[in-house]
Amino acid sequence: MNLYVLLKMVPDTVEELEVAADGKSLDSEFLRFKLSEPDDHALEQALILKEKMGGKVTVVAFDAPEVDDVLFTALAKGADRAVKIPLNQASLGTVASAKVLTEFFAAAGALTSDSLLLPGSQAIDDLEGELAPLLAAALKLPYIGVVCGVTGDAGKVTVLKEFAGGLRGEFEVTLPAVLGIQSAEKPPRYVPVAKVRAVMKSAQIEEAALASPEQPIQLDIERMYKPEAAGRAQMIEGSTEEVADQLVEVLAKNSVI
Amino acid sequence: MANPILVLAEQLRGEISDITFEMLGVGRALASAVGAPLYAVLLGSEAAPLAAKLGKADKVFVADNPQLNLAPAATVTAVLKTVIDQSQAGLVLVGCTNVSLGIGSTLAAQTGLPLVNFCRAARADGSAIQLTSQLFGGKILSDVKLPDGRGIACLYPGAFPADDGKSDQAPPVEKLDLPVEAPKVTFKQYIEPETGDVDITKQNILVGVGRGIQSQDNVQLAEDLAQVLGGAVCASRPVIDQGWQPLSRQVGKSGMTVKPRVYFALGISGAPEHWEGMQNSLCIIAVNTDPKAPIFDGAHIGVVGDVLELLPVLTDKVKARKG
Ligand SMILES: Cc1cc2nc3c(=O)[nH]c(=O)nc-3n(C[C@H](O)[C@H](O)[C@H](O)COP(=O)(O)OP(=O)(O)OC[C@H]3O[C@@H](n4cnc5c(N)ncnc54)[C@H](O)[C@@H]3O)c2cc1C
Repeated sequence: MNLYVLLKMVPDTVEELEVAADGKSLDSEFLRFKLSEPDDHALEQALILKEKMGGKVTVVAFDAPEVDDVLFTALAKGADRAVKIPLNQASLGTVASAKVLTEFFAAAGALTSDSLLLPGSQAIDDLEGELAPLLAAALKLPYIGVVCGVTGDAGKVTVLKEFAGGLRGEFEVTLPAVLGIQSAEKPPRYVPVAKVRAVMKSAQIEEAALASPEQPIQLDIERMYKPEAAGRAQMIEGSTEEVADQLVEVLAKNSVI
Repeated sequence: MANPILVLAEQLRGEISDITFEMLGVGRALASAVGAPLYAVLLGSEAAPLAAKLGKADKVFVADNPQLNLAPAATVTAVLKTVIDQSQAGLVLVGCTNVSLGIGSTLAAQTGLPLVNFCRAARADGSAIQLTSQLFGGKILSDVKLPDGRGIACLYPGAFPADDGKSDQAPPVEKLDLPVEAPKVTFKQYIEPETGDVDITKQNILVGVGRGIQSQDNVQLAEDLAQVLGGAVCASRPVIDQGWQPLSRQVGKSGMTVKPRVYFALGISGAPEHWEGMQNSLCIIAVNTDPKAPIFDGAHIGVVGDVLELLPVLTDKVKARKG
């Protein structure tokens, strides 16, 4: 199988997010980036498929802080090729990202009859829509999202898609195709830092020069802001003992003890 | 007259999903504000009888075809495009649900219409539509304008009241008879949810743990509290994905929807996909080290602190109180 995993860096929401002076974007000075979680699962799913079916895993990412580490980590985990598109990810909306990636995959030889494109199902900043369906529509490939398991077969894959309440559906998808991965069938593997360091010395990240899109953001964003504190919880403060005492009172008031 | 507003009605296994009524409710309000009719489109086998429930719409387009059951996004958008062309619809509302995920984006790619994802609020401003989108796991809101009211808005479940979209009257129905191409994504079968040892939807007290619990071993601290309270442990997605709890304990978009008397959100950030599953709990107690965690925006009681420190102390105090 010819497996492509699309890796996207997103702001780490454990950190404080600040709005930039223009009031319409995040202040990049304070941002720490991490790999979008579903994309990490997409990589794991690709590696599992490669182990079972054979083939090659290529990881593709736009430029972003820490992205080299993420690409080398992917190589250390078992990816065969890492490609960086030297356009700044943070300035691109999903529509523009999909356009650039469409160019990438339109290049001769990129897509074969056994190609499977694996972006994460969704990212926390997908304001303009999800990458997987945008890319599938542009490349005229079949697509399905919220995928939580993939088994390979000749010319097709069987995938599990999540609905609600734990209900899942089994679907058959003809290759080549785009699958939006939500969760791999196993938690993403761990790779020791020493191994990543070794890969950094021996492996190379390729660069794919692609034209910058004319319209990086398609939407007319009026403002970005933090939610107002209006609906905030009643906050309990004090030492751990004091907090626990007050919580016991809350439980008693709600008649559960 | 302004361009009609079109709702993509959602059904799963022959039942209209709540999101459909939520979209019809807000769709009706927007339609009145801009002076436009409200239409809905419903696909799949049994669509015709189900359409009777969509009386909030001025007209329902129905494609009653078993091939449209859980059809791939591109098949659904082929129908949507026909309806948009026929009806001159301007704004299209789609649910931010697992069932509909990707349909809005596919339609956007095929029509060039702008799409606004993750919407929690919508208002009309003259002929423009202003949408508020919830980004970065709930930490940031963004106001986006569709200047001419044309575009696609994906709405979060639970953000708009479903009751506003319900009606006793049956709407006028227009049947669509469209050829459906053999899809390259075909539905095979449902995989029923695993039945767990406990049904978390039937519990009075749920002790919910998130990534902040940090390890499988620490989940025991939550088990201890659940046990003294006579409740059960449930979890957010990362805890399930790590295999620290079975899938039957997952709360949220892909998991269960719960409504206990008391819901503890311990080390759970309050991402919209988790919130969706527990927002109607009667008393939500959130404990989080991050004072800016979105969970505090909706919880009733909040504690900024370390769950690992608090849990053993709280369990002891509950034990003492119960005697
Ligand atoms: C299609 C789709 C479906 C999804 N379905 C679901 C679903 O069904 N259920 C679900 O839950 N999610 C679901 N998600 C994922 C969801 O978007 C979030 O990623 C997830 O809910 C985050 O879980 P969390 O709050 O445990 O983790 P995080 O967001 O990482 O939050 C961890 C929190 O713990 C706090 N913390 C850390 N250490 C401590 C400590 N010692 N004490 C106290 N607090 C601490 C941190 O401050 C942080 O707020 C879905 C996503 C998608 C795209």
